[in-house]
Amino acid sequence: MPEEIVELRGHLIDSLVLPKVLDAIRSHKGCFEIQQMEVGIRPRDPSFARILVAHEDEHKLELLLQHIARYGADAVERHEVEWKRAARNGVFPEGFCSTTNMDTWIYLAGRWRKVKYPEMDSGILLLPDGRSARTVKMFEVRKGDPIVIGRKGVRVSAVESYRPAGEFGFMGSEISMEKPKGLLIRALAKQMKEERRRHRPILWVCGPAVVHSGGSNLFGKLIDEGYVQILFAGNALAAHDIESSMMGTSLGVSIHEGAVTRGGHENHLRAINSIRAAGSIRKAVKTGILRSGIMHACVMHDVDVVLAGSIRDDGPLPEVITDAVAAQAAMRRRCSRGKGVELAVMVATLLHSVATGNMLPARTRVVCVDIQPANVTKLMDRGTFQSVGIVTDVQPFLHELVTELGIR
Amino acid sequence: MNAQLFGDRSMRSQKSRPAFLMCRPTFYGVEYEINPWMDVRRQPDHPRAIRQWRMLRNMLQAIGTHVELVRARPSLPDMGFTANAGLLHGDIFIPSRFRYKERAGEEIFFTSWFFRRGYRIRPLPAGHHFEGEGDALFVGEKLFLGYFHRTDIRTHILIGEILEVPIFSLELVNPYFYHLDTAFMPLGPESALFYPKAFDSYTLRILRQNIPDLIPVNAEEAHYFACNTVFVGPKGERAEHAVLSAPARRLGKILEGRGIETHPIDTSEFIKAGGSSKCLVLNLGYR
Repeated sequence: MPEEIVELRGHLIDSLVLPKVLDAIRSHKGCFEIQQMEVGIRPRDPSFARILVAHEDEHKLELLLQHIARYGADAVERHEVEWKRAARNGVFPEGFCSTTNMDTWIYLAGRWRKVKYPEMDSGILLLPDGRSARTVKMFEVRKGDPIVIGRKGVRVSAVESYRPAGEFGFMGSEISMEKPKGLLIRALAKQMKEERRRHRPILWVCGPAVVHSGGSNLFGKLIDEGYVQILFAGNALAAHDIESSMMGTSLGVSIHEGAVTRGGHENHLRAINSIRAAGSIRKAVKTGILRSGIMHACVMHDVDVVLAGSIRDDGPLPEVITDAVAAQAAMRRRCSRGKGVELAVMVATLLHSVATGNMLPARTRVVCVDIQPANVTKLMDRGTFQSVGIVTDVQPFLHELVTELGIR
Repeated sequence: MNAQLFGDRSMRSQKSRPAFLMCRPTFYGVEYEINPWMDVRRQPDHPRAIRQWRMLRNMLQAIGTHVELVRARPSLPDMGFTANAGLLHGDIFIPSRFRYKERAGEEIFFTSWFFRRGYRIRPLPAGHHFEGEGDALFVGEKLFLGYFHRTDIRTHILIGEILEVPIFSLELVNPYFYHLDTAFMPLGPESALFYPKAFDSYTLRILRQNIPDLIPVNAEEAHYFACNTVFVGPKGERAEHAVLSAPARRLGKILEGRGIETHPIDTSEFIKAGGSSKCLVLNLGYR
């Protein structure tokens, strides 16, 4: 909610200035919090009050502030933002303003402007129109770019405003195995239906455990039903999915029987090799080499997939982006700087979850599913504080989710 | 009416005489529009304005006050409204800082008048707006200050600090009553005239809580500038004389009922610029 801190100094009590200001805030449908109050002792001593004023609508907040300015309520943070040009490519100027994932405003050219693409650990780049700004990553900076420095004229919305509300409200932030998972999964299912109804993309970040645990079919159903629009994963998820589709094993273990198959340890390499021979996963689907599984469903349903490479990858598969910075950019284009992902579900992957969490604005709802409570906590500790954790194994989670969604 | 008539009815207490600062309206005219009364197409009759001003001065002298004059300057048509020169309290003079640049030229002449006479000048910092006694009136030791149209509420705190007096900030909500002295006038340490519709409900509460004897004027009287009455009386006591707008006969009777002698005068030429008797005088204390 847009807000502003104002200060009042003067004969606030005898001259009824304070009640007048507070009544004006109320009658403008704004809200306030008196942060500090000092009352003069003798009748001629002035009093002081520091008040946080907020309004749901930025324009109406502006009108409200103009109204109370006549009583001497001055906004204290209204200083033009300071900036400096970057001296080199890929280097922020000294004293650059480092962002959080919360909505940020800067006071530029006489009014508060919302910074586009809120993302943590970024800088703020002033755009050429002189009236807008966006976040910028360090590696994106070009020599001469105007970058915000210091905290003057920079305002970040309160953490409280990102606490999950509504269906997610009861989940709180505590991670515990004892939490009633059923309720959490039901709430997630409801939210997913809502996202689908509003034609908003749902982002999934998945680790290979989706395949190992036998959740491929269930995840495939989610894709078929339109609950997956964007998928972030690594080489492993795709490789094991393709292995299981082509050979019926995941890391050599039979998905159906659970037994180690003879020579199975080579299976995933053979699978990757087939895809590389085909040129890409997409081509492998088109030519009939790959006939089922998650990656097949993604191609068939046009799911936007980003496979980001890592140092231990085998192959890798042709679609895997091995340049970490390029992979980040590809992910960023699809989530934080894309069409506005409002719901992200992160399943059984720490690396990709933290990477994605770092890119998402705090207003995006994040549900993190992992068998390890520590992994869920870690995501929150890394700044994705708004995430809601579900501690469970993947396959049962997907099973219950599919049931809650009413998919047969 | 002949001022001599009042010669024998002057101040009963002759110990100290109230003094006022006035300025002959030599260059008076409506040359710009900075309040809803002003209309450059409705020019005052200049000789008549001079006669009305002279009548006021004679009347004030006749009831035993001392009148000092500041020289009028060309291109400053509103300099006759000396109430807006600043605020004098004891020997401290706070010069005005006019909101409109049209009147800002007056500041230097009023300030130098006070400076030359040995008053302590306490100027307000730049960026503050304050229009003197037009927006600052004492009721006893309490200073009531108007704000919004001309004076800023931010300036009130400074004035309270300079003069070391308790202050009360009154919001003026009606553009026709843009200065406090057009809608509020003390007539003693515990009583004042006021026009309720010039204020918001909070301000009315402040007035009712702090002034035991409030006399409301009606809309018609207020538009004749009945609140812009010059009250004259012994120091610290209820006024004995009231120089008020001639058409305010009902109010005149009320005041007479309280033992105040009324002296109706015609200020119609000055109302064309949004002022009347009190706007034409500035309190210089008692001599």
